[in-house]
Formats: sequence, C-alpha cells, structure tokens
Amino acid sequence: MSIILDHINYIYSKGTSEEIKALDDICLEIKNGDFIGLIGHTGSGKSTLVQHLDGLLRATSGHIYYDGEDIYDDGYDMRALRGKVGLVFQYPEHQLFEEDVFKDVCFGPKNMGMSDKDAELAAYSALRSVKLPDDLFFVSPFELSGGQKRRAAIAGVLAMKPEVLVLDEPTAGLDPEGRDEILGLVRELHDKEGITVVLVSHSMEDVADYAGHIIVMDKGRVLMDGTPKEIFSHIEELEEIGLAAPRVTYIMHELHRRGFNVDTSVTTVKEAVDSVIGALWNA
Amino acid sequence: MAIVETCKLSFDYIRRDEEGNVSSINRALNRVDLSVEKGEFIAILGGNGSGKSTLAKHINAILYPTEGYVLVDGKKTSEEINILDIRQKAGMVFQNPDNQIIGSVVEEDVGFGPENMGIPSENIWERVEEALKILGMWEYRKHSPMRLSGGQKQRVAIAGVVAMHPECIIMDEPTAMLDPAGRKDVIRAARALNDVERITIILITHYMEEVVYANKVFVMEGGEIKMFGTPREIFSRVEELEKMRLDVPQATRLAYELKRRGLSQLPDGILTEKELVTELCRLYSII
Amino acid sequence: MLREMTLGQYYQVESRLHRLDPRVKLMGTLVFIISLFVSQKAVCYAVATVFLICMIKLSKVPFGYMVRGMRAIVMIMMITVVFNLFLSPGEALVTFWAFTITKEGLRNAVFTAIRLTYLILGSSLMTLTTTPNDLTDGMEKGLGFLKIFKLPVHEIAMMMSIALRFIPILLEETDKIMKAQQARGADFESGGLIRRARAMVPLLVPLFVSAFRRANDLALAMEARCYHGGEGRTKMKPLKYKAWDVRAYVILFCYLALVVLTAIVSPV
Repeated sequence: MSIILDHINYIYSKGTSEEIKALDDICLEIKNGDFIGLIGHTGSGKSTLVQHLDGLLRATSGHIYYDGEDIYDDGYDMRALRGKVGLVFQYPEHQLFEEDVFKDVCFGPKNMGMSDKDAELAAYSALRSVKLPDDLFFVSPFELSGGQKRRAAIAGVLAMKPEVLVLDEPTAGLDPEGRDEILGLVRELHDKEGITVVLVSHSMEDVADYAGHIIVMDKGRVLMDGTPKEIFSHIEELEEIGLAAPRVTYIMHELHRRGFNVDTSVTTVKEAVDSVIGALWNA
Repeated sequence: MAIVETCKLSFDYIRRDEEGNVSSINRALNRVDLSVEKGEFIAILGGNGSGKSTLAKHINAILYPTEGYVLVDGKKTSEEINILDIRQKAGMVFQNPDNQIIGSVVEEDVGFGPENMGIPSENIWERVEEALKILGMWEYRKHSPMRLSGGQKQRVAIAGVVAMHPECIIMDEPTAMLDPAGRKDVIRAARALNDVERITIILITHYMEEVVYANKVFVMEGGEIKMFGTPREIFSRVEELEKMRLDVPQATRLAYELKRRGLSQLPDGILTEKELVTELCRLYSII
Repeated sequence: MLREMTLGQYYQVESRLHRLDPRVKLMGTLVFIISLFVSQKAVCYAVATVFLICMIKLSKVPFGYMVRGMRAIVMIMMITVVFNLFLSPGEALVTFWAFTITKEGLRNAVFTAIRLTYLILGSSLMTLTTTPNDLTDGMEKGLGFLKIFKLPVHEIAMMMSIALRFIPILLEETDKIMKAQQARGADFESGGLIRRARAMVPLLVPLFVSAFRRANDLALAMEARCYHGGEGRTKMKPLKYKAWDVRAYVILFCYLALVVLTAIVSPV
C-alpha cells in the first residue's frame, strides 16, 4: 500500500467571487505502516486533504496515486478505494443510522459487495477489535455513550477491512478517559494489525504521544513534514501559525534557558522526567 | 451571602415505556451540597456522565430536584413563581454554540434575552452594546453567526447572557467543541467577566488546565462531589485524579513524576509551568 | 453543492431595501405574487420584469448570488414546463411520435417558467434583505389581527424565523452526513427510483436525529434566556413606519394598478 499525492490543488466555489484555495500544491507520500499525525488549526485544509484520500473530494488539479494507479483515471473503482482507505469523520452521529449497532457496522462491508455472511463476520471482528462490549452489539447506536459511539463508528469503517485508516479529529468533545481509549485503540490497530494510520488532530500532546511522523499544514500548504522531534524543535514557526509544541517541551526550553542541561527535543512527560533527573544528577 | 446553594440535591432521570410505566431510574445526582459566594470563580470538574451538566441545569431552573433543594440568590428553584427571576440572575452558556444562538445577526441574538425580560427598546440597545464590547465582539455586531469561528460564536453566546445583567453565569463545557485558540478565547473572557465585571462564574469542564485560576474546585464523579478545595489542593492529588481519569496538566504531572522519582523537595500541587521551573531552579541552586 | 443554496438566507449589505419595514416587504412580496397571477399577457410580464430588475438593483444583492439559489428548483421547473408544453390542448404547432406541441402549450410553458422564476426571485428577495428576526416581527405585527381568531401568531412567526436560521446549518450537516456515508461505500447517485429512495435512509436518519437534538438544545437555551412566549416581550427594533415605507407602499400599489390595467387593456 502506498498513497502519493502529486501537486494537488483544491479550490472551493471555483469560478465565483467566494473562491477559496483550500489546498495549495500538496505533494505527499503515505507509506505502508506509517502512523501519521496531521496537524493544523481550523481552516488549515487538513480536513479537505483527508477527504481527497478516498476520493470524496476531487482535486481541481493534480494526481493521486494509490498503489501506483491514478485514482482519477476513467473507470477507476472509487467505491473499492473507499473500502481500502477507511475515513472516519469527526462526529459518529453523522453516520450511525441502523436499528442496532451490528447492522450499522454491516452497512460498509455490504456496500463493498460482500455477501451477508462475510459482512457479518467482518462486522463481528471489527466490533471485537474496537473492544465494544458484546452486550452492546444489538442495542440502538443512539443509546451508546459518546466514546462508545465513536468506537462503533470506527468499527463501521474497519469492517470494510481498510489498509489505511484515516481519522478526522476522533477525540473532539470526548473527556480524557474517552480520548485515551480511542487513541489507545488506534495505536493497537496500527501496531498489532499493521494498519496504516493518518490521525488528524489539533492537539499537539496527542500527536506527540502517538504519531511516528507529523505533517503540519497551514493555509492549505504542507509547512513541515518530519518526526515529532524534528517538528517540535521549530517552536517559533509553529507559534507563528497559531499552533504550539506540547507544554512539556516549553518547560524543557525554559529550564534550558535557566541553565539546566536538559534535552530540549523532549516531547513527552516520560522523556522529560528522565532528562530532568539526569540533569540534576550530573549537576 | 451565597448566590447559589444546593442542599442534599438529588436527581433521578426517570425513563418511561410507552404505557407510561417507569422502566428505569437513573440517579444522576446524589446528595450534592454546594455553596457559591458572590464574586467567586468556581470550577466543577468531571468526566462524561459524572453529573456535572445535570447539576448545571438545576442552577438555571431547567431541571428540578427529586430531593433536596437549590437556592439561587435565596430563592428556591422549584417554585414556579421564581423561575424567570432565577434565569435572569443565573445565566447559562451551553456546549454547542450553534444550538444556542437564536438570531441571524450577532446583535439581534444578544438582544434576545433582554427582549424576553421586557426591557424597553432603547435600554436593550445599551445593554447589547455594552455586552458586545465586554466580550470584544462589537465589531462583529452586524455579522451572521454562521460566519464566525467557534470561539467567536461562544463569545456571542456569552454576550447574550451578559446583556441580561446576571449575577452569576454557569458555563456548561463551553470549550468542549472548540479548537485550542477558541478555548483560550473563551477562558480569557470568563476570567475577565469575573475580574472586571465581578460576575460570579461557575465553569464546568473536563480540561484541568482551565481550572487553575478558580477560587474553588469541585470534582464530581458518579453524581457525587468527590473532592473539593483550592486548585492547589486538588492538583496535589494526582493519583486520585488519574483514577477518575481526569487529565492532569503536563506541568503538574511532570512535577508529580519527578517527586516519585525521588525529588521529594518539590512542593505539592504545582499548578503552572512557571511555578515548576522556579521550583526546579531553586532545587538546582541548593544542589 | 448544498452550501450554495441561497434560498431564504439573509444577505448582509446596506441598501434601501434592507432598511424598509419588514411589513412593507411582506406586503410587497404578496403584491408581486398577485401581479404574477393577474398577468396573462406579455406586456404584463414586461412590467413585472422591469419592476423586479429595479428591486434587485435596489437590494444590492449580486444577481449571480440570487441566480445560484435557483439551481435547486431547476428540476421542478423543468417538470412543470414539460407538462405545460405537451399537455395543453389547442392549435397544433409541431407533432412528432405521440407528442404534440400546441401554440397554447408553448405560451403556457413560457409563462409558467417566467412565473415560477419570478415567484422564487421575488420571495427570495424578501428573505435576502430581511433578517429572520425582522421577518418574525413583521409577520407578528402585520398579522396581529389574526389573534382575534385565537391564532398563535407570535409562536408561528418565531417558529418560522428559527427554521430559516437553521436551514444553512442543516444543509451543511446534510453534506457532512452524505460524505460520512459515502466513505462507507454508500451510493446516492445510481439505481432506479426505489433504490435511490432506500439509499436516502442512511442520510435521513442521522439528519433527523441531529435535528431533534438541536431542537431540544435550542429550546433549553431559549428557556434559559427567559423566553416564555410572546407575552411581556419587548422589541429591540420596534416597528415604526418611516417616510420611505409609506413611499414604498405607494409605489407598490401603483405597480399593481399598472399590471391590472395592462392586463385589461393590452391586446397581447
């Protein structure tokens, strides 16, 4: 699996006075097994970008190659692509509609042309991997709690057996418990089942903790692209576009400025503890 | 005098089946005692389903106690005759700005509350101007709320409450649906209302970093108040907070982890990054 | 695509039309609609066209913006035009296969198309230049006399204004739900009528659920802000007729008289 975006441009309301350039010459590669964090503030184009990955939006110009095939070619099976690139939107309320959770999860695989039996098997294993308790399989999706709804929504996409899982701000509006559960689940899917993950978020802390690779967007462009350590070493640039490094990175910078011999490239609390203890020991 | 007081407040969500028989009873609040003095900034922390929103709706007389009572400015919320008075005194801001803005133009929305209160027209305009200026939204008065950012929408919603001249504003997770910039905006606005306008603020949230500036913090879980104290007292109980799966700010967590790793000289309940850095420097100089 | 629906949305700009009393605009729309139905002759439509163009110019709403809002009703218009074209009896013009286009049919089709277009343009001109709150106030006061018949005028007006405010929000939401379901392989575009109707279920259920939740939230928010019906409520902008409103009424009735007159006098 690989996705290559080649000079993608996207313009909203093209040809009217309200023309907005949402994506500006995006070139990217998503490799098999990546865990990518896509960050940017509201309106930076990150949601628009992910909707291109499974062909929900069509680029005004440029090409997208999935496994070497141009998805804009005539006769390209867009529906199959949507099965391979599973996109989970921010609010699960936007997709849950069936009488019970199980039927709802079957919706995707059935659309992919699976037989009833295969679809049910896929739904079952998807619900299993999102760790939804068995006794909730046959209740109405509207009776679930916020975190459970999100898991049901993720299962609804996982059941299509995607190779890439794209999550658009999956933790918005959840409390810390719900957030940790969802992100932990995504990490497990990545580590154990080998699914490539693209996580859209505006929380630096989340992205720093989970992603192996970060893409920063601003005004429709890719501004930075690298490992968390590389990205968060550019604190000033991040602040200029209204983003920030994880709080703990700031603490390390401040300590360093005050004469501590600490590692300023730290992005998680765990690393920070080691670094501070080390600095104090060596003093 | 206390502006808001609850006494042994309990509330049951009662579900009925089609025939009207009770099918399940769910206790959302259990014997909650809470007292808020005029001019205070109070924070109520808790995860989803902890009962914090149910509590908020009681203060505004949207829900009525199953047991116990709620007093707002000395008036019982359960008495019909007090309701309008209570809703004017204790205004409420909700989570989703889209679902609480009634007007199609910012200034019309802000005027909605005063209109309902029967304020004469010319006074409504004064109140609208004043409220929008306090919230820094005056230049957007002619805009459609649709075209504002989340943080701006929420400030319009707050202005709508401020125009009613309340003594107390209850904010029910006002930042849950906002991005970091919007969250900062709203919290700054809440602090300014408390500092400058002396309006009592009751902030309900699950973000711990938002409660750092509160006078008192109540932590709720399972419909009960489990902890109560100043932010410093609360923040020093990292382990208990984590058990309730609340999100401890990184500075507090770092301090806590360092203490566990042997830096016992660090004080308890570090609130801000500045504090942590200062304390660490002090330690460093001793060594 | 959906976000481009401009029907019923307020367009913020300073203009003479925006400043008019909402009651005048309501009456104006009514008069304009009546004039369209009185019109049976080409000259009448010419008068209506001139009037409409003047009003659009006065409103300062870009014409392109208004026309874009029309796209949504193109289908309905096509159907009516086709029906008129083929099903009006009269003097045959063209005959092919089983269809006959008559002179009357052609005439009806053209007039119906114009009538529908003007109807939509005329009424959207009102909603484009009047905020929902003003519209509510206008209806409430203008139709206040209906209260004698125990009609809940205030409530109806309030409901209408809220509905108007939520149209754009719900349209945006529809767009999002459609995408979320398409991401799961849903297909809204192909298949026969029944299949398409069934394909709407995954779209409509979440939309209704969300609309109910919003309605519930909004009702709470309104109550929390002391809303208790129309009684004892004051107005931020109490309606008072100004000089221009009176002039507008005069212009309106002159226009109506002109249309009626041409309808009677004109031979075509």
